[in-house]
Amino acid sequence: MTIFRYDKSFPGLLTCLFDAYLFKDFPEQLLETDTPLPLFCDHNYTIVTDEQKEKRVWNHIKAKLSNTAIKQTTLCWLSELPEIDLLLFRYFRKIIDSPINIETNLADPDILKISEICKKVSREGHRLIQFARFQKCADNTYFAPLEPLYNTIPLTISHFRDRFADQKFLIYDTKRQYGYYYDLETVTEVTFTNQKDNIINGILKKEITDEDETKYQKLWQTYFKSIVIKERINPKKQKQDMPVRYWKYLTEIE
Amino acid sequence: MMIASVFEKLKILAEAAKYDVSCSSSGTVRSNTKGGLGNTVGGIGVCHSFAADGRCISLLKIMLTNNCIYDCAYCINRRSNDRPRATFSVTELVDLTIEFYRRNYIEGLFLSSGVVRNPDYTMERLVKVAKDLRTIHRFNGYIHLKSIPGASSELIHEAGLYADRLSVNIEIPNEKSLQRLAPEKNFKSIFQPMQYIRQHALESMEERKSYRSAPRFAPAGQSTQMIVGATPENDKDILQLSSSLYAKPTMRRVYYSGYISVNTYDKRLPALKQPPLVRENRLYQADWLMRFYHFKVNEIVDDSNPNLDLGIDPKLAWALRHPEMFPIDINTAAYEMILRIPGVGVKSAMIICSSRRFSHLGYYELKRIGVVMKKAKYFITCKELPMQTINELTPLGVRNQLVQTRKKVEDGQLELNFNS
Repeated sequence: MTIFRYDKSFPGLLTCLFDAYLFKDFPEQLLETDTPLPLFCDHNYTIVTDEQKEKRVWNHIKAKLSNTAIKQTTLCWLSELPEIDLLLFRYFRKIIDSPINIETNLADPDILKISEICKKVSREGHRLIQFARFQKCADNTYFAPLEPLYNTIPLTISHFRDRFADQKFLIYDTKRQYGYYYDLETVTEVTFTNQKDNIINGILKKEITDEDETKYQKLWQTYFKSIVIKERINPKKQKQDMPVRYWKYLTEIE
Repeated sequence: MMIASVFEKLKILAEAAKYDVSCSSSGTVRSNTKGGLGNTVGGIGVCHSFAADGRCISLLKIMLTNNCIYDCAYCINRRSNDRPRATFSVTELVDLTIEFYRRNYIEGLFLSSGVVRNPDYTMERLVKVAKDLRTIHRFNGYIHLKSIPGASSELIHEAGLYADRLSVNIEIPNEKSLQRLAPEKNFKSIFQPMQYIRQHALESMEERKSYRSAPRFAPAGQSTQMIVGATPENDKDILQLSSSLYAKPTMRRVYYSGYISVNTYDKRLPALKQPPLVRENRLYQADWLMRFYHFKVNEIVDDSNPNLDLGIDPKLAWALRHPEMFPIDINTAAYEMILRIPGVGVKSAMIICSSRRFSHLGYYELKRIGVVMKKAKYFITCKELPMQTINELTPLGVRNQLVQTRKKVEDGQLELNFNS
């Protein structure tokens, strides 16, 4: 079995591709640089990320794929699934080896898998746009905590930036412990030093909340209850379209 | 009775508006303007929440007032009902919309109203809300306005300049039934505003060909709604009416609303324990067939089958009536034919057409692509040897197989299959 060890970054993965073609030896496993090797392994290589190699591979792939497919690979990378790098490796290899563009050949299991993962990730991105709930802070910043399944907050920033161009906002991933802050001009990546001190169960502490905030939250909860048609109650459908894992940060669910 | 608190008003007026099923925020793509608030994303729109009845909450669906001079039998807000009544002021409503929007609760506003004094007076106030949102608050989110039957062409024109979508509800799909239940309304008062909307939209499109900066008129077109099960009309009447509506420009959606007995005392209406949810669902499926699957209305319902089959979906029903069209070869048939295979949706059909250029597709590829093979296997041939199709099993046989498997799952019991 051939094993490549690299730094688990996207440029690193592209360097692996370059070196695999150089060695004419393709890995069955991709591991992080410092992980111990498994018992049975014929060849192992440690790959050092190289900007020039990475660029050459990426330019070659970009020439062979459509923009949509390029975007799909980025989305797949954001899924952070285990072994996603190996899948992408196989995918890129198929793309490189094929004389024609095969990105729409969904009868191929790897290509289909890529498109499925990409669908899941972009749906998660869309769900953040649906279910992010902002709370107004005393300093007029709107704050939205989230806990997405995949690392999809970066996908939503351009949307929120356009939509809420005239309000300061902070979108924060409480699981991955980072977020983006928009100060009416630029968006910057931020990290809380004391997450627990500011938010409890997704609700901002009273001292830093705007005075009208509770009123609008109550109004929204009132609306959410009043809009239900009792004759049609259907909690299964509700949970299907709005999975329970999002409920933690939803204002309307008390 | 006048009610002061915004909480009370919101409660009453949301409850008054909830029977309108239209919810979508699709059809317009508009980026934010400088110094403005909001955008619309187009595509399928954004649903921000889902209520306990499973319906999506995309827009703040609300009435300006639930006072009404009309006495329509099917409506909860009819004047003879003794219900708490409330009226929002324009500023209250604008404030609610903006504050909800800023917290990402909603995609925009869907404003309707009971008719007070006369149609023009009511329409004018609806337009005022939209105008304030767009001009004073520079709101670029979605606005859906109801056009009041009987409102003047000028007011509808002004409404369309601010709103993304306008709608007039037909409610009852037959003029005689409508007159019986809503003596103050007739088909003319409903179709007239629809025609105004169409006319203004077409004019605006023409104008925009010459001047790019000419204002857009209701870019997301118009929609309407019909109540199902309150009157004796069959599915053929309903679907033929929808089909003729879709044939005209600007009509984007027809909604079907299973009748809920809100005014049980009124003997002109049937007393239903449960709204006809299955029938409503079948009507939506038929609607989808007309809009996305290239079906004509008379292929779905005709004189010998005036009602949709409640046991199976309308596409399967069509396929069972037309065994001569099958089996369809997945690897060579045209896209339009692939769309007609039960168990194949628009997405799978597109994937099939793009993938089969690389290699022939077989049973397992189709399954992975997302085709519902349980249904589709009776209607196709693919790379492998043909299985028992509709021609060998007869339509009735296929129907029994499909209905049976569904039943089996429901009662969770094993059954011996004596047919095979």
